[in-house]
Amino acid sequence: MAAEAVTSKNMALAKAINESLRRALDSDPKVLIMGEDVGKLGGVFRVTDGLQKDFGESRVIDTPLAESGIVGTAIGLALRGYRPVVEIQFDGFVFPAYDQIVTQLAKMHARSLGKVKLPVVVRIPYGGGIGAVEHHSESPESLFAHVAGLKIVSPSNASDAYWMMQQAIQSDDPVIFFEPKRRYWDKAEVNTEAIPGPLHKAKVVREGTDLTLAAYGPMVKLCQEVADAAAEEGRNLEVLDLRSVSPLDFDSIQASVEKTRRLVVVHEAPVFFGSGAEIAARITERCFYHLEAPVLRVGGYHAPYPPARLEEEYLPGLDRVLDAVDRALAY
Amino acid sequence: MTVESTAAPKPRRSAGTKSTAGKRTTAKKSPGTDPELVQLLTPEGKRVKNAEYDNYVAGITPDELRGLYRDMVLTRRFDAEATSLQRQGELGLWASLLGQEAAQIGSGRATREDDYVFPTYREHGVAWCRGVDPANLLGMFRGVNNGGWDPNSNNFQLYTIVIGSQTLHATGYAMGIAKDGADSAVIAYFGDGASSQGDVAESFTFSAVYNAPVVFFCQNNQWAISEPTEKQTRVPLYQRAQGFGFPGVRVDGNDVLACLAVTKWALERARSGEGPTLVEAYTYRMGAHTTSDDPTRYRGDEERLAWEAKDPILRLRRYLEASNHADEGFFAELESESEALGKRVREAVRAMPDPDHFAIFENVYADGHALVDEERAQFAAYQASFADVEGA
Repeated sequence: MAAEAVTSKNMALAKAINESLRRALDSDPKVLIMGEDVGKLGGVFRVTDGLQKDFGESRVIDTPLAESGIVGTAIGLALRGYRPVVEIQFDGFVFPAYDQIVTQLAKMHARSLGKVKLPVVVRIPYGGGIGAVEHHSESPESLFAHVAGLKIVSPSNASDAYWMMQQAIQSDDPVIFFEPKRRYWDKAEVNTEAIPGPLHKAKVVREGTDLTLAAYGPMVKLCQEVADAAAEEGRNLEVLDLRSVSPLDFDSIQASVEKTRRLVVVHEAPVFFGSGAEIAARITERCFYHLEAPVLRVGGYHAPYPPARLEEEYLPGLDRVLDAVDRALAY
Repeated sequence: MTVESTAAPKPRRSAGTKSTAGKRTTAKKSPGTDPELVQLLTPEGKRVKNAEYDNYVAGITPDELRGLYRDMVLTRRFDAEATSLQRQGELGLWASLLGQEAAQIGSGRATREDDYVFPTYREHGVAWCRGVDPANLLGMFRGVNNGGWDPNSNNFQLYTIVIGSQTLHATGYAMGIAKDGADSAVIAYFGDGASSQGDVAESFTFSAVYNAPVVFFCQNNQWAISEPTEKQTRVPLYQRAQGFGFPGVRVDGNDVLACLAVTKWALERARSGEGPTLVEAYTYRMGAHTTSDDPTRYRGDEERLAWEAKDPILRLRRYLEASNHADEGFFAELESESEALGKRVREAVRAMPDPDHFAIFENVYADGHALVDEERAQFAAYQASFADVEGA
């Protein structure tokens, strides 16, 4: 082996977040990890594996089983000058903390006329596709995106997971960090020395000319597969990884749509009042004369997340997205 | 365990006493009809000895006693002025603390400068003790801001309207103090109604598990808007602490000396690493819940009259007079100071400007947000469209 420093490593998305948390704990004594089972167990997905062992129980804190308490005490710790990164074990368990997040965490900076800052990161493994039981497969990002004062991000790959977590922890605003749990085990190269782009900027992950597929988190990989399949039929799709749901990078979406003139938005969350609805509305306002087809959305249905044996039908899959692509191109 | 290790008193604490919790008889009995509470000053103004808490006010000077009296009188005067200002249309709403002056001044004066206070929206007396300008409290009630003071200037957090939320913030802050190795303490205010909130129960759990230096100061003013304490609990509230593993004590909330002594004791426990304490200040909301409330719909005068006889200010005045700690000159001077405060607050509120329209978009985020910027620009363009018309 050469003596030069290895800055790029192949690692799974969950491991990338783990490495990112480790780096944050190492570089800033004010960073804390809090949550249920984040200590010895390393979290139910092992995202915090080994951190308590290396940084101690005072900084990697196993909390009582009470989500409102986790976020509420994190707010108090932030008021004291700490930068807590809290874990909500599963998407469907965040709601006891919803009050603290919406009425307190999101608003305290404004209420204090800017005097108080709350650099709290709320990590939420989210989304389906892993055959889980009820309340373990939901995508509640829109319920948070509707709240001013919060920032919402979701990485799609290990490299982004590493860097977006660094940036979320450094942010002086509360960040809800949605982790695509079905992609936790997907590996990619992570360059821990690279200088990342802005946290809330979208990335074109595949260039194309005929239609734009916009997605974030777990659906980016699906959209890349859709683009591959469409290419076999001679269609050249652009795939945009939005990365951030609040703020949404409308400039990047607009630039892509002005080129391709067609847009399909894909997310696991229900279509009704989902982020796709907001994107469709704003892109219609911004790109009315460029669009050749209405903005189409593919997502979950207006029904409770179904039992695991039905989730393949409920979630956007290759064929459903291709169907939407066909419909958009038919205009 | 923290409960066993305290060398402090037993009889009125939940810890170590035999609880009646769970017995069916407690539901019918009002938890507050015959409160077993710590009292140092009777309603008649007589100083009564208390072996357990006397030493927490043992060195108190006549000057300090007059100071407590002055605090209570000025707080009541400020509160009355705010009620008047609401009636005059200068404030949208006011939540009066009338009757709770002793609970707030006693506990507030027990805090140290480096301690941190997490109030509800009625802690005007505590704010006074912390040195928050009374006029600043009125901004949110006038509708010019949603807070308006820097919490870190006086270690006095913004008022919290969502009931009970602040007890978790207080607990987290106290956990931070412990991590820092500091000997400061935190005091979290809440009421009898809030005691039913899950957040309060969770704050008890977290503070107990992490042995956080926090005092939970519950002002049981008997009413959560229209619901009496019986609708919140079937055991006296201070007994709730027992199940969480820390002491609870009920204090006469209309006795400023007792509130001072008990809070000092609880804060010292916190500082010395003994963890949380629940103090239930047994008091009475003499006025309406807020200026929008009409208590005649749910409670009679008899109760109010009975509590009037226990007035916190009157009893300290009786004591000061009987012990020759204050003369007529003191009371007369305080009277004019009160009027001056009322005038100053009145003028400050009337002079309070409406916020700039663009304040809507200020401080939504610390690091900015593209959508807020975009909407601010849209709003500016919309506003500017009117300027053109007017300028034409």
